[in-house]
Amino acid sequence: MTYRARAIPTARAGRTSIESKTMKLELRGITKRFGALVANDDINLTIEEGEIHALLGENGAGKSTLMNVLYGLYRAEEGEILLDDVAQHFAGPGDAMAAGIGMVHQHFMLIPVFTVAENVMLGHEQTKAGGRLDLAAARTRVREISDRFGFNVDPDALVENLPVGVQQRVEIIKALSRDAKVLVFDEPTAVLTPQETDELMNIMRQLKAAGTSIVFITHKLREVREVADRITVIRLGKVVGTASPTASNEELATLMVGRAVDLTVDKAPATPGAPALVVTGLTVIDPLGQILVNDVSFDVKVGEILAIAGVQGNGQTELTEALMGLQPRVVGEITLDGKSLRGHSVRQVLDAGVGFVPEDRTRDGLVGGFTIAENLMLDRSNKLPFVKRFNLQLAYLADFARSKVKEFDVRSQGIDTPVGRLSGGNQQKVVLARELSRDLRLFVAAQPTRGLDVGSIEFVHEQIVATRDAGTPVIVISTELDEVAALADRIMVMYSGRIVGIVPGDTPRSVLGLMMAGEVPAEGAAA
Amino acid sequence: MSTIAPVNQPTQPVEPGDGPATTVIKSWKVPIVLGVFTVLGFLLLVVFGRSGTSTMVLSTSSDLIQLPDVLLPTRETGIVVSVLMLAITGVSIWMVQTHRKTPLWLISVFALLLLIGFLAWASADARIPVPGLLFGSLSLAVPLIFGALGGVISERVGVVNVAIEGQLLAGAFTSAIVASVTQQPLLGLVAAMIAGTLVSFVLAAFAIKYFVDQVIVGVVLNVLVTGLTGFLFSQVLAPNAALLNQPPKFERINIPLLSEIPIIGPVFFRQTLIVYIMYIAVAAVYYGIFHTRWGLRLRSVGEHPQAADTVGINVNGTRFWNVSLAGAVAGLGGAYFTLGSVGAFGKEMTAGAGFIALAAVIFGRWDPIRATLAALLFGFASNLQNVLSIIGSPVPSEFMLMLPYLVTIFAVAGLVGQSRGPAASGKPYLKS
Repeated sequence: MTYRARAIPTARAGRTSIESKTMKLELRGITKRFGALVANDDINLTIEEGEIHALLGENGAGKSTLMNVLYGLYRAEEGEILLDDVAQHFAGPGDAMAAGIGMVHQHFMLIPVFTVAENVMLGHEQTKAGGRLDLAAARTRVREISDRFGFNVDPDALVENLPVGVQQRVEIIKALSRDAKVLVFDEPTAVLTPQETDELMNIMRQLKAAGTSIVFITHKLREVREVADRITVIRLGKVVGTASPTASNEELATLMVGRAVDLTVDKAPATPGAPALVVTGLTVIDPLGQILVNDVSFDVKVGEILAIAGVQGNGQTELTEALMGLQPRVVGEITLDGKSLRGHSVRQVLDAGVGFVPEDRTRDGLVGGFTIAENLMLDRSNKLPFVKRFNLQLAYLADFARSKVKEFDVRSQGIDTPVGRLSGGNQQKVVLARELSRDLRLFVAAQPTRGLDVGSIEFVHEQIVATRDAGTPVIVISTELDEVAALADRIMVMYSGRIVGIVPGDTPRSVLGLMMAGEVPAEGAAA
Repeated sequence: MSTIAPVNQPTQPVEPGDGPATTVIKSWKVPIVLGVFTVLGFLLLVVFGRSGTSTMVLSTSSDLIQLPDVLLPTRETGIVVSVLMLAITGVSIWMVQTHRKTPLWLISVFALLLLIGFLAWASADARIPVPGLLFGSLSLAVPLIFGALGGVISERVGVVNVAIEGQLLAGAFTSAIVASVTQQPLLGLVAAMIAGTLVSFVLAAFAIKYFVDQVIVGVVLNVLVTGLTGFLFSQVLAPNAALLNQPPKFERINIPLLSEIPIIGPVFFRQTLIVYIMYIAVAAVYYGIFHTRWGLRLRSVGEHPQAADTVGINVNGTRFWNVSLAGAVAGLGGAYFTLGSVGAFGKEMTAGAGFIALAAVIFGRWDPIRATLAALLFGFASNLQNVLSIIGSPVPSEFMLMLPYLVTIFAVAGLVGQSRGPAASGKPYLKS
């Protein structure tokens, strides 16, 4: 009854340096289907030795699927993978790693309760006598790689205590410790501050100089143009073209989306009125005593959009939840049009005229198994005209749903379609349709366009601006600087639970970036 | 606007790089609980105090070194204990007011005082055999410890093991038959491991391969094994008891020297082979989980299966074999019922031990050593009830029968509070 862990077959002995080890990677005719959906359609891609090759495409274009095929997580129906012109057959990630392919995943593949060294050694552990894990060797390996690239990572730190940027470096160390010669970065900048992004670009250049080939998956045009040697654009599972880094933003965007896109939002200057929402000294504490939101005070005026910017996890989520009555431990005061909202239930907050788009629409915004119509009445299921005594007014609901589906351009097979089957964009339209069909005195939209295609993003942004123009105060919480810049009349930047500053909507990106890293702007710095 | 006017300057400068700020929430839970117990203790020990002398017997008649009996004047002991408990409650109140947490050792001292006071009260003008009390506690804890070790392994790898009860019962049943037929207790032990593994196979197959809810499979397995062994017992074992249900028990083995240490010797080193296997098992599981490749992979699969997959670890294979191993360990605990203590299989003889073992896993925060200590606590509570009913304490025996379960509820609900188990425990791993 003893269990023996399977050792991953690699010839690792003697291969301790990654310099002068280069490799050419070629994907030929890769086709991957999920049922009827063709996620990758006959994709050909060559990554030359020591180049940074950007894979550009929208969310859902098939970039990650392609890389998961390369990494052995998915099996492609057709096509082959060649390393230095030799066909490979990967039964799993273990084989891919053994062949020299490393991956830095979008959602880090790190065990939060393990130390850095434990995470790095996992899967190819060295042991001493008695089967005891050789942590010392793993520590040395981490320090060695960390020093070579100036990562400054402590091998004994618990991963869950590390900032996101450092966790990403742990992922890189993990790949390099397995002698990766091709390194795939899957949307690596999604969770980083602009400064951390710059550092990552430098790391990529260093790796390239050391001979590592890099595949850089992203949908952010600026990053691609800054660091890539070659660009391959993927749309709807197909390679639609290649471009050089000198191509303009508009050219790349058109290639990526398939039509000319307007990267800005039409927006008249704001005409702010009286403060509607006033938050004073708001503090949110979690059950373990961590202060998640720390003494925050701000206001939102009638007819303006206040964008709350910041890297994910700096208290924005908890602040939003506190506004909505979703956080139990709240100190301070929240008033809307002079009436207190603090300590009220979610129902009371909604009844006070607050519309809310939660950041995770599939978890908090919608009931996936319910139909579009049912989701549209979730917040009013206890009120006339949706319910009379104890009976749902289904006829009224159907009429209501049909008109909203039309008004908000929800593409589906009818109002009885479960929302779980809709695309992200259409799901978000259902949320918007529900929230914007009440009389609002405040509209709170958290990450309103996360994971949406460009067309849906345009639609959502138009709706938000229209809500503002109708005289409703709007709060937009976003980690995307592009979105903040497009929508905000004023920008509030949060870091580590505090407000770093509240600045005008036209504040330069570089200043915002510094603020997102916690640096309080000097007076007049954004002149 | 050409200048930035930070509307709300933070009251303190924001320092980049450091973690989120923390504060200690004033929690009155501990002082309130201590206060309630102090009042109860005072009522019992002083207001309804008994007079007389309580005798604690520290040595058994066969010991080489004979320790003298400890004599406690019952009422005075009660008063001293009550005063000390009041003092600890006061310290706890003061600590909360100064934003500190009451340390665990202080709570432990409080519990020990309450226990001494209660023992003295219950044994007024009677003798409590301390080695016997502890020896019996360990005996009752053995199946709990094996069950808890199985639970720890299974939960650490990401499968909730509610079927410990079924694994214990299957182990007890099978070992009784095999040992009776072969007259070899060792073969009974092996059979018990196989039986536990087989129960685990069902759990593993349904939970890992077919993604059935693990708690439901576990509960159903318990009911199935209870019904099956009960049926076979009345139909097959009871009529042929001489052939099938009279297993030879393991002999007690006295370890030289160690067994002569006062108090500790008679409790820990005059035991049967199964108990010595248990000591090794606790140490081995602890070492294995935290210091070997097996343990690292096991924990990674239970915490973040996808991450484990991306470094080439076979998630579902790891889960399957470790859940099976967990069943084998729990099966050993079942064998202790028939080959170690009772000497024959009886219908539903595990009587919920599997669920107490599950509680020990959680109380022990998924750590083999702590889970073992928790199981010992539960064993102690059970045996206290036995001993007190023998010496004729004034507490009704029905009330004393609740004691182990009361301790379980208070321990799991009150003392553990929010503890974090393996992140992916109970979640099937679906590879897309």
